[in-house]
Amino acid sequence: MEFKDDIGKPWRFEEDGLTVTRSCVWSSPGCHPVGCGVKFYVDAEGKLVKVEGDENQPITHGTLCVRCLTLKDLIYHPDRIIYPMKRDPKDRGKADKWERISWDEAFDLIESEWKRITKVYGPESIAIWAGTGREGGTMMPYGAAVFGTPNYCYTQSGYACYVPRLSCSVYVLGATYPETDYAGGLPGRYDDPAFELPEVIMLWGKDPLPSNPDGFFGHAVVEMMKRGTKLITIDPRTNWVSTRAAYNLRLRPGTDVALGMAMLNIIISEDLYDHEFVEKWTYGFEQLAERVATMTPEKAAEICGIDAEDIYGAARMFAKAKSASITWGLAVDQKANGQQNAHLIIALEAITGNIDVPGGNIIGGFADSLNEVGFGYDVMPPETQDKLLGLHEYPAYCGMILNAHADMMLDALETGKPYPIKMGFFAGNNLLAGTCAAQPKRWHDAMVKSLEFNIGFDFWMTPSNQATCDLMLPLASSAESDGVVFTHYSALPVMYGTRTKAITVGECKSDLELAYQLGKRLQPQFWAAYPEFMDFVNELRFGNKLKFEEAHKEVCIQREVNYRKFETGLLRADGMPGFNTPTGRVELWSTMFEQFGDDPLPYYIEPQYSPVSTPELLDQYPFVLTTGARRYEYFHSEGKQIPYLREIHPDPTFDINPADAERLGIVNNEWCVLENQFGECQLRAQVSSIVKPGVVQADHGWWFPEEDGNEPHLYGVWRSNINNLVPHFHVGKMGFGAPFKCLLCNVRKGEVEE
Amino acid sequence: MRNGLLIDYEYCSGCHSCEVACKEEHGFPVGKWGIRVFNDGPWEIDEKTTNWNKIPVPTDLCDLCADRVARGRKPTCVHHCLASVMKFGPIDELLADLDAKPKQVLFVPKAG
Repeated sequence: MEFKDDIGKPWRFEEDGLTVTRSCVWSSPGCHPVGCGVKFYVDAEGKLVKVEGDENQPITHGTLCVRCLTLKDLIYHPDRIIYPMKRDPKDRGKADKWERISWDEAFDLIESEWKRITKVYGPESIAIWAGTGREGGTMMPYGAAVFGTPNYCYTQSGYACYVPRLSCSVYVLGATYPETDYAGGLPGRYDDPAFELPEVIMLWGKDPLPSNPDGFFGHAVVEMMKRGTKLITIDPRTNWVSTRAAYNLRLRPGTDVALGMAMLNIIISEDLYDHEFVEKWTYGFEQLAERVATMTPEKAAEICGIDAEDIYGAARMFAKAKSASITWGLAVDQKANGQQNAHLIIALEAITGNIDVPGGNIIGGFADSLNEVGFGYDVMPPETQDKLLGLHEYPAYCGMILNAHADMMLDALETGKPYPIKMGFFAGNNLLAGTCAAQPKRWHDAMVKSLEFNIGFDFWMTPSNQATCDLMLPLASSAESDGVVFTHYSALPVMYGTRTKAITVGECKSDLELAYQLGKRLQPQFWAAYPEFMDFVNELRFGNKLKFEEAHKEVCIQREVNYRKFETGLLRADGMPGFNTPTGRVELWSTMFEQFGDDPLPYYIEPQYSPVSTPELLDQYPFVLTTGARRYEYFHSEGKQIPYLREIHPDPTFDINPADAERLGIVNNEWCVLENQFGECQLRAQVSSIVKPGVVQADHGWWFPEEDGNEPHLYGVWRSNINNLVPHFHVGKMGFGAPFKCLLCNVRKGEVEE
Repeated sequence: MRNGLLIDYEYCSGCHSCEVACKEEHGFPVGKWGIRVFNDGPWEIDEKTTNWNKIPVPTDLCDLCADRVARGRKPTCVHHCLASVMKFGPIDELLADLDAKPKQVLFVPKAG
């Protein structure tokens, strides 16, 4: 049967009395920047009446997830904030004390408080609270170029999301991030002659279908499976995709490094590696071989709680494949041993010859790299730059991403040392609601006590805004502003998408617009370089390689894919072949790790709290706890207000094995308390063999927008907050990683007392 | 010839896009569905094999998107399915696809 579609239609067209705008969505609501193609259908009154998937988008080809399918329900939700509002700081936590104001008044207030606080406490006393997945989370101009502070801060303990992997890549591979090649940048996609289907994809600590991590369109894995790709999955949980895998390695949470070392050991000792690549393009192979020889598959099997024969089978399958890739996930970041995990994943890709080849792990060239780290940094004098929290203690982390160390930020808020933190700005972050912060109650108490002025910029009155803010600014949705979305924040040559404004709601602004307008107001000398808004957008997002004014008419722009760039000089500023590392090679023995005081070779350490490292705690806390898995219907703490989304998953849950549930008398859907030495929360039991006996997996990101927003209840934000159980400052040697995915806890029937 | 929905449940990932696209298209309230994803699993066949199939089932409210189809468009569930596992059409066309691989199911709703 033949169907009509909109292939080839212009960026805007008319249909049945409606104006249709083609666009690529990103922020807000939050999402990772796949840039899924949408069509916004707008009526004569300027109201969005329908959202559909755009068939022209080369990667999503008309498909759409539930969060964008319900976009108009979010845009016109009665609880949405659509005007600026202020509240006296003495009324923080009182939901009925907000007063509508104009943008002019809001800017006046920001300017006067900014000037006062900068003068009294110094510019370093201002912090930007960055979250994940929204444009604000990648708006580093908010730090230096707007508020003149070095302390842009992603508040997740140990920056336990993406940047640990990215940093390790930069240090040992000289490129920002290797990702599975899914032909995203090739015009013919999977049928493009330049592409080769990966024989094997190893999903390591990642469930990409619901998470679309960092712009990797997760269902590309399904598309490649249909064409014959086999999977190896490494995850404590069985998830849907792992039931279709050739090997499903259900390791004990946090033990990934033991498994990876054993895999390398097998591949090297059985001579399954790519000799030519190893000889020409790697550094330290002999030392790596010696190190991984200490981890036999049998030993790893015991540590990880899986069968040695499966480690052999998976390692051989991966190494023998003509092309194979590893899609690596958040689990790599969420432990103190994470840098070693990242290092050995890169080593596995490298010694099997799968770096930057068709169907392997592709990387960006020198000219593709992230554009915004350090944007406007020179606005600050050197002595202010030097005050970045953690720059001297954790240079591998803070110097790399120019972020304040998250754990040191909480310490500074609590103690005033090394200097007090007095003003803040939320850039896409709801850190109290079990996302982007360990020990959220400590953050709450410290922020309320320490901050003299805090600004929220959001869709909703979240618990974080309600508790800590004095000014609320209304944030535009994806349909309400122009912008740019880029796979892997532009680090990978896949796709640029443009977000084109289709409607206006209230007085909302986008992150790009606010940064530009507020920057012009506070630091006009810097912003004079950008006479028009789009001058700023074109430089920040496109590095001036494209102009939004033309690009948005194309909507989606696939980027040129060059494979084997290590042979052509495209990885290095000097144009020489090789990798952009100190040795010019993929460093299996890392010169940078050594420089930062860590072991230059991968090594295994147990999680800080585990059946092996703290057996004395098992009587009290007999379960291994892992958290943070993503779901289709929510983006972390977002989406709980949307009826069609809440219907899919109405309550916070955790997974517990049927044998454990039976022993404890827990029935499906029953409320239980999860508790450990750091805190407690209540979740409903999902009794399921998805987890092994002795392991529980818990939802994150819960608050209840339908409940009382006043302090101390704050929309019930403490009740089901799994991050209550996650400790502060349990990071790795270089400052990265926090054990969100490998802790201990107890489970009992019941509810927490408020 | 009746029309039907052919669903490849080897690759249905259970993303709920069909359910929600349908609700948005038809304005069904919370608690009513035109198509609904059922979950057979996860349960263990043996220690290393888990049965977990997600199967979208059109309900008695499914009209196979008569309005859309009249305009030449695919039903919204088919259009938006993230795993692209749904096909709509006359049964004789779908039967050829049904024969091509296992783990598929052909639904013919009342409206078919």
